[in-house]
Amino acid sequence: MADTKTKKTPKAADGLRGVPTDTALRLLREMLLYRRFEEKAEEAYAIGKIGGFCHLHIGQEAAAAGTILALDEGDYVISAYREHTQALARGMEPSVIMAELFGRATGCSGGKGGSMHLFDVERRFMGGHGIVGAQVPLASGLGWKIRYREENDVVLCFMGDAAVNQGAFHEALNMSAVWKLPVIYVVENNEYGMGTAFSRVSATEIHERSCAYGIPSSIVDGQDVLATYDAFRTLIDEVRGGGGPRYVDLRTYRFKGHSMSDPVSGTYRSKEEVDGKVKEADPIRLLRDELMEAGLLDQESLEAMDAEAKKQALEAFEFADESPLPDEGELYTHVYAELGHGRIFMDGRERPGGGA
Amino acid sequence: MAEITYREALNEALREEMERDPDVFLMGEEVAEYDGAYKVSKGLLDVFGDRRIVDSPISELGFAGLGVGAAMAGLKPVIEFMTFNFSILALDQVINHAAKIRYMSGGQIPCSIVFRGPNGAALQLSAQHSQACETYYVHAPGVKVVTPATPADAKGLLKAAIRDPDPVAFMEAEMLYNVKGEVPDDDDFVIPLGVADVKREGTDVTILTHGKTVHVALQAAQKLDKDGVSVEVVDLRSIRPLDVDTILASVKKTNRAVYLEEGWAFAGVGAQIVSMVQEEAFDWLDAPVVRVMQADVPMPYAKNLEQMAKPSAERVVAACNRVLYR
Ligand SMILES: Cc1ncc(C[n+]2csc(CCOP(=O)(O)OP(=O)(O)O)c2C)c(N)n1
Repeated sequence: MADTKTKKTPKAADGLRGVPTDTALRLLREMLLYRRFEEKAEEAYAIGKIGGFCHLHIGQEAAAAGTILALDEGDYVISAYREHTQALARGMEPSVIMAELFGRATGCSGGKGGSMHLFDVERRFMGGHGIVGAQVPLASGLGWKIRYREENDVVLCFMGDAAVNQGAFHEALNMSAVWKLPVIYVVENNEYGMGTAFSRVSATEIHERSCAYGIPSSIVDGQDVLATYDAFRTLIDEVRGGGGPRYVDLRTYRFKGHSMSDPVSGTYRSKEEVDGKVKEADPIRLLRDELMEAGLLDQESLEAMDAEAKKQALEAFEFADESPLPDEGELYTHVYAELGHGRIFMDGRERPGGGA
Repeated sequence: MAEITYREALNEALREEMERDPDVFLMGEEVAEYDGAYKVSKGLLDVFGDRRIVDSPISELGFAGLGVGAAMAGLKPVIEFMTFNFSILALDQVINHAAKIRYMSGGQIPCSIVFRGPNGAALQLSAQHSQACETYYVHAPGVKVVTPATPADAKGLLKAAIRDPDPVAFMEAEMLYNVKGEVPDDDDFVIPLGVADVKREGTDVTILTHGKTVHVALQAAQKLDKDGVSVEVVDLRSIRPLDVDTILASVKKTNRAVYLEEGWAFAGVGAQIVSMVQEEAFDWLDAPVVRVMQADVPMPYAKNLEQMAKPSAERVVAACNRVLYR
């Protein structure tokens, strides 16, 4: 054994910084999948397989893995439009997500939602919302249900830093504090809205935003997946025990543009800034290096892991690409739960598939 | 006259009105340093500085309300919504405040303000980002609603909207920004609100429409022309005020009408117009007026469903044939 004072070579069972080794490895495997999945999505967008907006989470993988993997099955997750990897973290099938991005019948919303509106009720993944800040009161509502039925679950509500300036954010936090709702509000603080730095449009810091409502706030390094995981396990325990809402300034950085039409760097952030962050704070590389240094991961298993992630991403792409478009009769389904008496659609058209 | 895009025409209108009137300022998300999400305000920050071209936080209700307050005190705000989809968050300020303040104050308090931005269906942006919002705005007395279809109209009407003493919802079409057209370069080229424009003359059937779908109507008219049907296309240009005379004159001339719009049919703008036409020109109608609208569903993401949901030239042709009993 090497000198333990200068170089620690822990046994697998010791784990890393309080996180068991198998969990740390799982976090790495997950983040690799997210990265490869989104690279595939980026490619698919470039060749026109995906339309509309496509907001990638590349660089922010730890903010999905380190938080959502700390949850139990019955817990809820709700998010904004940058949610592919969060859906993956919640266990949704890559192929079903990719098919939704492609607008295919096999997607999680049958092709009706697209990239910004992923849902999986079974896994308690409640979206996928496109209006900045509007999911925050919805999260309080999920928390309300848990308290109402005297259940023991918690809600993770994700939002971007820009969302904290919306009125809906403040109204929702106030109510959650008043009624001690089991919600953890997570601000994925990547420093920018679209092209506007948070500091230019905000009078106070992110982490101060919940003070007025008496909601405990913490700052977590969102590029450090182990720290994130550790912090969230504690927070989730506190909330699950009836401790009321929590609020987290999760510091992260988006490596790509706001969406596919926005360049990676340029008008609002310099190339040096982005390159520096990619170099210093890639959550995947940070964990990989730490695991290797601790002797818990070797090159061979890393490559195997990455190959598996690439394979899953490719399979998702192929599944989506081979999937059919939604049936034309689907245009009028799911607007209402069911069609009763009276005319319910009012556009005077003949409907495909003959709906009422 | 210069050939410029719809986007450039709007930019010129803003620039000229800001030069003309120091009380005019522009506020909204990304309008300054980013040049506007759709680049309508490109370069204006350099000319007017950050006192008058102002990046706001993402707080639609807040900055729309701030604009209303500033207008109550006599300034002339132009509030940009990144798209009108997000303006729904600000409707309270527009409907309950901007629209009513003059009335409630017995005429004491002005509210000269323009709410502007892209509106309508886009490409595969799904239910929350792809919808026509004019119905929300036309419903309330006190607000004017303008929907330009060409670069020239965009410029002339925006200048009129900014000079207007009342609140105006100026709804640009997201899909028209790159469309080019001839635009007079005269500083005082203003198109008064409430004057419709006959974009194409015809004798057999009238298509009543506004905004982006003017182009769909013109396409349909071309197709019908090949079948020997002469179509008149009336571009309403503003929905409030509505140019009833031009509408009725056209319907009385062709005796048949189709209403075309991107919004939902139910209780929509078309419902109002059809009702007015039958009240005031019933005796001239040879067929019931037919509407061509967005399917009565939220906008789907999938390409094929989206295409079915939107009004198309084919559907307009079919509607014209229907009112012609062909
Ligand atoms: C109410 C509303 N206003 C504007 C937009 C347009 N928009 C979409 S994303 C975005 C920036 C949001 O930034 P942030 O919340 O920090 O999230 P990030 O994109 O950084 O993940 C804006 C302005 C919107 N979707 N909804």
